[in-house]
Amino acid sequence: MKKLTLALAAALSLGTAQAADYVIDSKGAHASINFKIQHLGYSWLTGRFNDFKGTFSYDDNAPTAAKIMVTIDTDSIDSNHAERDKHLKSDDFLNTDDYPEAKFVSTKVVDKGDGTMDVMGDFTLHGVTKPITIEAKKIGEGKDPWGGYRAGFMGTTTIALKDYGIDYDLGPASQTVELELHVEGVKQ
Amino acid sequence: MNFRWPRRIVIFHWVSAFTVIGMFASGLWMVDLTYYSDWYKTAPHWHKSVGLLLFAITALRLMARAATSRPPSFGNTVEKTLSHVGHALLYTLMIALFISGYLISTADGRAIDVFNWFSVPAFGELFENQEVIAGDAHFYIAWSLIVLSTIHVIAALKHHFLSKDDTLKQMLRLR
Repeated sequence: MKKLTLALAAALSLGTAQAADYVIDSKGAHASINFKIQHLGYSWLTGRFNDFKGTFSYDDNAPTAAKIMVTIDTDSIDSNHAERDKHLKSDDFLNTDDYPEAKFVSTKVVDKGDGTMDVMGDFTLHGVTKPITIEAKKIGEGKDPWGGYRAGFMGTTTIALKDYGIDYDLGPASQTVELELHVEGVKQ
Repeated sequence: MNFRWPRRIVIFHWVSAFTVIGMFASGLWMVDLTYYSDWYKTAPHWHKSVGLLLFAITALRLMARAATSRPPSFGNTVEKTLSHVGHALLYTLMIALFISGYLISTADGRAIDVFNWFSVPAFGELFENQEVIAGDAHFYIAWSLIVLSTIHVIAALKHHFLSKDDTLKQMLRLR
């Protein structure tokens, strides 16, 4: 996996000569992948994936050349309730034994101005790959106090569980999951 | 010397026997409940409550058993050895079942409510991915216990019908 990530990072840097390559700072936890889903239609249940890694390339002058790829360890799902997490990891939902990894690889970025963009790409979950669009927004970039350079974004998207072959019935209000990504990358 | 098991041992035995069977059945059934089932919340709550109560009962049972000398046993040396190993394994599997079940529900530090009478505190997460590992262990230990219990029943029936000795009567207090 690491090799693939490096190969992709290398390919990205060749493709976009100007764009800088960033590694998402999951080590320092300046990034998070959160989800929320309706509970019975009465409230939002939120959770996150604790373990993931990824890279992106971005240049302020050519945002449409940006690329991002993130792999998520599905076993790291955390809804702050062990019994529920056990259920979510079981074959009623994520089946993390058979599908230990979820992945997003961008294919195209549409600049919408003001630092917002649509990041289109393929999202793989539960062994199913489907195209999705993440509505992303640049939060900021610049030097950090420790000699590095960072850029950060947030993005949201909504997926239907059924599209990914997850058909445990949680009720009509809980057919879709909203994903919220916060990524801060350290320039390489 | 006793010729049969004392009443307390007999009660402990049969309470455990029927509870274990009920817990096995309820455990298999409840993990497949749909989200909108009336039992979705109640069944696991009762399963955990009964399991922890049986844990306490089993602790008392082991103390009672340790303080009791057994009535005469029947069969040849091999049968007696197998019987000792089998019974030790039954107790071991039960305790392993209690511990693994407890570790599932307490993996996030939550206490377990016993019928809303009192709650048993958690130690929190003792190892990574605890709820899943403990859950898998709980499943396989439960099956092992039921298989061994079945062998235990067959052995008791063998003593009663083939060997025609008093093994089963000792536990039924019929003699």
